[in-house]
Amino acid sequence: MASATSNVGNDASGEPLLPEPWTVLRAARETPDVVTLEIAPSAGSEPRRPRPGQFLMLYVFGIGEVPISVAGLGDRDAVVHTIRDVGAVTHALCQLGPGDTLGVRGPFGTAWPLEHERGRDIVIGAGGIGMAPLRPVVTAIMADRASFDDVVVMYGAREPRELLYTDEFASWRAADIQVEVTVDHADHAWDGHIGVVTTLIRYADFQPNEAAAFLCGPEIMMRFTAQELVQRGVDPRRVHLSMERNMKCAVGFCGHCQLGPEFVCLDGPVFPWPRMERLMAVHEL
Amino acid sequence: MKELDTVIGEHPFFEGLSAADLDLIAGCGQIAVFRPGQFLLRAGTPADHFFLIRRGKLSLEMTAPGKDPFVFETLSDGDVVGWSWLFEPNVAQFDARSIDDTRVVQFDGKCLRGKCDADPRLGFDLMKRFARKLIQRFADTRLQLLDVYGKRD
Repeated sequence: MASATSNVGNDASGEPLLPEPWTVLRAARETPDVVTLEIAPSAGSEPRRPRPGQFLMLYVFGIGEVPISVAGLGDRDAVVHTIRDVGAVTHALCQLGPGDTLGVRGPFGTAWPLEHERGRDIVIGAGGIGMAPLRPVVTAIMADRASFDDVVVMYGAREPRELLYTDEFASWRAADIQVEVTVDHADHAWDGHIGVVTTLIRYADFQPNEAAAFLCGPEIMMRFTAQELVQRGVDPRRVHLSMERNMKCAVGFCGHCQLGPEFVCLDGPVFPWPRMERLMAVHEL
Repeated sequence: MKELDTVIGEHPFFEGLSAADLDLIAGCGQIAVFRPGQFLLRAGTPADHFFLIRRGKLSLEMTAPGKDPFVFETLSDGDVVGWSWLFEPNVAQFDARSIDDTRVVQFDGKCLRGKCDADPRLGFDLMKRFARKLIQRFADTRLQLLDVYGKRD
């Protein structure tokens, strides 16, 4: 049975707590509060080739460090991150431009187990900034499209201007990927769906008993989406979700990201649904 | 050309309904097409119909004077719209406006209410189907109200 694959030992330097200097190659504003950075190791720093689903710890010197999921892989050793400006560190990251230096640790955590789901229908369910960790899954499927059956991306956001990667949707569709997009609120200028992301499931073309699902977004959204998919017949062990918690050390020492018996930084962030289902309903966690 | 009971039977809303019931229900239905901008339902007017969407898209809206209509949900292939026909005072609560060419099966609510009253078993089956839709729509609305994509304070 598929399970998320761990890669915590991938730290090439053997010093997982020591950030190395990387350089911003490109910065692009996606939405008013979301920026995509392409970064690469500075001269003398070790390259770290993460896998989709994993995260790096990005350190803005003098301000702090945050975990950011991989949103893509660039040329050679470059890594792409899409960052939402929600706090002091992410705000500082969103101000960086080409040539700026930041500290990088990782990659850490588990990856999306896409290689275990070859031959299946793939359902990708994303909410808000949760599209970022799933973008490399779409890219990987496009690069190996014949290995998968029906593929559908269900993507929801609060409003149209908050949607990410809209300029890539045409190429996804051209690769025979069904792309269904919805927003919670919109005016008449918007010609797509309006409603929560779970409403897209009924428009998605996939065989539940042949499908695997990859979900990332607000926990409530993931919970309802997972429940709906399982209710429709998707094997719960094939529903994978990426959890977001307050990762600090990223190697399972500090416990900041602990969720019941799980260290999200070490055992996750990608988990199969049966390991999260009960925990996501525990108020005290 | 498919018979209407076949068309209805292929719609997810009536999945599993017996041939006899489909035949009975089909007697209250007809195929219809709504062009972009046409209203299927208008708030405050008698709710005489409900619709199975075969193909197309429509918006559910609320209107306030002097303001653009507020669209709170869109519906598409395989959805059902309209439940006020089933509950007194049988007045539509929202507007339903066609966005694309929307192909539907349109049901006469008064006709179907009569058949449900005459056959409580059928009435209970229909009530359960609409209740499931209502619960789903209610859950979706709650999720929408939670505004889960908001920034964390």
